[in-house]
Amino acid sequence: MSDQIVIHPLYAKLLEKFPESVVMDERQGFSGIVVQAITLLEVVKELRDNLGYDYLSSVTAVDDFPEERLEVIYHLFKSIGGAPVEIKVFLEREEPVVPSLTPMYPGAELQEREVWDLYGIRFDDHPDLRRILLWEGFEGFPLRKDWKEPLYEEDTKPFKSRWPEGKGERKELLNPYKDNVQYPREFDPNTLSGDVDQAMYKSLEYSDDPNSRVLQTDQMVVNIGPQHPSTHGVFRMTVVMEGETIVNLKPVVGYLHRNHEKIGERNTWLQNMPYTDRLDYLAPMSNNFGYAITVEKLMGIVPTERAEYIRVMMAELTRIASHTMTTGFLLNDLGAYFTPALYALEERELILDIFEEVAGSRMMVNYFRFGGVVRDVSPEVLKKIRHLVYNRLPRKIDELDKYISANEIVRIRCEGVGVLTADDAIAFSTTGPNLRASGVPYDVRRADPYSIYESLDFDVCTRDHGDVFDRYRVRIDEIHQSIRILKQVLDRIPEGPIMAGKPQYVAKVPAGEAYGRVEGPRGELGFYVVSDGKPNPKRYHVRAPSFINLTSLAQMCKGAKVADAVTILGAVDIVLGEVDR
Amino acid sequence: MAEIDLNNPEIDVPAELKQQIAVTTLDRIYNWSRSNSLWPMMFGLACCAIEMICTAASRYDLSRFGMEVMRPSPRQADVMIVSGTVTKKMVPQIVRLYNQMSEPKYVIAMGACASGGGPFKEGYNVVPGVDKFIPVDVYVAGCPPTPQALLHGLIILQKKIEGEHIPDTRWYKKCVVEAIPIPILGPDIIDPRHFELIKEETHKPLPVVEEVVEGGETA
Amino acid sequence: MNGIGIIKGLLITLKHFFDTYIFDFGRKQKNLTPDDKRGMVNSSGLFTIQYPEEVLAASEEFRVIPFLVYETAENGDHKYRCTSCGICAKVCPTQCIFITRKKDAETGKPIPSPEEFYIDTDKCMNCGFCAEYCPFDAIKMNHDFELATYVRGDTHIYNKEMLGKPVEYYAKIRPVNYALEVAEKAEKAEKATAA
Ligand code: SF4
Ligand code: SF4
Ligand code: SF4
Repeated sequence: MSDQIVIHPLYAKLLEKFPESVVMDERQGFSGIVVQAITLLEVVKELRDNLGYDYLSSVTAVDDFPEERLEVIYHLFKSIGGAPVEIKVFLEREEPVVPSLTPMYPGAELQEREVWDLYGIRFDDHPDLRRILLWEGFEGFPLRKDWKEPLYEEDTKPFKSRWPEGKGERKELLNPYKDNVQYPREFDPNTLSGDVDQAMYKSLEYSDDPNSRVLQTDQMVVNIGPQHPSTHGVFRMTVVMEGETIVNLKPVVGYLHRNHEKIGERNTWLQNMPYTDRLDYLAPMSNNFGYAITVEKLMGIVPTERAEYIRVMMAELTRIASHTMTTGFLLNDLGAYFTPALYALEERELILDIFEEVAGSRMMVNYFRFGGVVRDVSPEVLKKIRHLVYNRLPRKIDELDKYISANEIVRIRCEGVGVLTADDAIAFSTTGPNLRASGVPYDVRRADPYSIYESLDFDVCTRDHGDVFDRYRVRIDEIHQSIRILKQVLDRIPEGPIMAGKPQYVAKVPAGEAYGRVEGPRGELGFYVVSDGKPNPKRYHVRAPSFINLTSLAQMCKGAKVADAVTILGAVDIVLGEVDR
Repeated sequence: MAEIDLNNPEIDVPAELKQQIAVTTLDRIYNWSRSNSLWPMMFGLACCAIEMICTAASRYDLSRFGMEVMRPSPRQADVMIVSGTVTKKMVPQIVRLYNQMSEPKYVIAMGACASGGGPFKEGYNVVPGVDKFIPVDVYVAGCPPTPQALLHGLIILQKKIEGEHIPDTRWYKKCVVEAIPIPILGPDIIDPRHFELIKEETHKPLPVVEEVVEGGETA
Repeated sequence: MNGIGIIKGLLITLKHFFDTYIFDFGRKQKNLTPDDKRGMVNSSGLFTIQYPEEVLAASEEFRVIPFLVYETAENGDHKYRCTSCGICAKVCPTQCIFITRKKDAETGKPIPSPEEFYIDTDKCMNCGFCAEYCPFDAIKMNHDFELATYVRGDTHIYNKEMLGKPVEYYAKIRPVNYALEVAEKAEKAEKATAA
């Protein structure tokens, strides 16, 4: 990163247009434009309509405690590729309010709810501003720096009580309730209703007028999940149905909210690495990748060449493993009870064997380090990968493809179901195979190349119909492209060190911010980190593709049958660890 | 698989009859049949659930143990594999599912998270161990436990079942087993069994902090 | 025509069924490599590993819960390699390592050896950082995954005795790493004598 501040031509344009209300963020290591809350809508409208920034990628916030300031951060892109533009709004800590971008970019809906939930920043004109990851009635806004959780020990790790006077004890036993809980003072549990879903049911609009309906029946509200075999974990959707047809749908998430970001801000930079494995646990290598390149951006180091090749190799293997699994489970959702999934899982197991050999664990790989990877890939393992890539995988994927794609039931159930047009897909900030199935050739590996992807030969797979079948096809195509990438990587992988510099457990990260993104199997996986020069991140945010892909779920499901909603959800391909974090 | 032979002749069987008759006890045959047809509930919470799926899939194949019948409904399941992080938002549902399971019922806490909070224990939305709310029979360590580790846990559970006796099992006793009260979501998760404690603690007077009066000497 | 796709799918399953026997038949003649086993890359048909009778071989780097390496002295004492430097406790992401440093009973000065060493296995995320950054090769990741228990109580907080494993065990489960370590030490010793 260069030291002097380069004013992006775009910023110059904006500064010209809004001289009063737009300034550059001039802190060392920071970039982006600071906009006043009242002019935010105008500036963003200008960006969207005249400058081509039609894709709102991420909305998040930063707490500047002890300064009396909160920041809301928006990252916008062009859907034709290129670097992001970053918009910031500074707010007071008391009663912060900012206009909602949801009317302009529907994709902001869930993200703004998340910011409200965790930071208590109110978004004016948001159609449905409720808590999302936690529940209505939860006390406090947990990501604010002055909010402390029940098992709070210290602001940052490592905790002093571990060494040299560590005692093996469970910290929750020190809590008066012998549990991980805390209650406000003067709280009386008897006064509690305990019904946390009322607001959600109220927000589900459905018409009372029987004449407006096709069937002259009552509309029904049905909850699917959080324990339901088709929801891929603890996801819940509340649907309003008329007969079998879905009139309205609300995704309800947060059942796996593990406080990833709060814990991430306590951890040191390196300690976050194994935690990222647990985000999208079907694609741990991609998560490692995203986090590593983000922090490397901030640290200003470049991994060695061999490490880059190993990284790409692992990321593509993960993509194959993840896509085969998704395909298998999509078939499960269609009712082909487990047989296709079993075939898909066989291939995944073989890839996991390779992960176990190089990284030590099948799923929670913890393989990347800043500046490289932790361990070299031995020639035997390379031989194994070669064998997989050249012999086994193409054959097996073709087999899977052959019997799924031609199957009448699959086609009838998938074609024309859950259609999302290209415009909608962009507006809803959809990413990954879902976006490409709608005909938008947007792939971070090409749109904003990172690592060595620029030098590799592969196609961005797209399809045009935007239905469930196309999403499935895009995934199969991507597996083939990944195999293509792997072949090139295997041929070209150079010898050399796997780590730039010496392995160190304290990463020296200068103050500043960075937004790094990779194309994970589920789409654009972004990490937004802010450092204040200390051993711990000041802000650690994950732009989770599955979470944001859920925004368009209601749109896709309206008018479909309930059974199709399950298929659509299967094709959107969420991983709850990432949705809820 | 079964450690105790089904027909374990503690009673002497004459040598010439060894091949013809089998001697067993009711306990044994009953436990043997139960332990070899445990139906788990199809219920995944987090990362560990993926390993649970792998256990059920072709490479590790739960059906070798008679457990392939993953039931989505708690009423048809014998064993609940709590596979993943138990969050406060999810725990009311878990307790409800547990209450709905018909007896005999068993619980396996799979992974560090379900056993005792796991890596996310310090988080504000995480329950430090599902055993805070429901009784757990077997804890499987690991993060995530590999499919083989889960299978080991299931075999351990089978052993436990084989050691049970009909007269002293909970579900044949006359007394009614109370359902576990469902936790309530308030400002934090509230276990109805702790109402009194919570009230007491939150109404305690604040610890008195000695006020330092500034410039006290001049006064 | 409707139904063809289903028949095709069923044929694949049938093929898998026969592959099992073909594979078994073919295996009799070949020299077997580990990859030719059931459930490995070259296998076709049935894919199952018959745990518990047959255990999938863990690769060298496989990690579950860490263990402490000790050397057995002649009188049978366990000499832990750990110097209680505290790096593992600092680097542990879940902060589940608790170390009490030994102190000289008279002077109160710290002695480089752990008085107590705990790992809370209910928190450990098996990440391997402790083993990776320990400068004395004193803590390593175990391969033993058969850790299911009936009770949690205090048995899930492993103390020093539960964590300790002899060097030979380390050499057995991680032969490559151990060989590297021995070679490194020999080199160092050589340098020291040369100097
Ligand atoms: S124990 Fe580990 S793998 Fe299992 S749910 Fe918890 S974090 Fe995920
Ligand atoms: S890093 Fe190694 S030597 Fe230091 S305390 Fe940990 S185990 Fe002992
Ligand atoms: S493996 Fe990771 S979590 Fe477990 S004790 Fe070592 S550093 Fe801590």
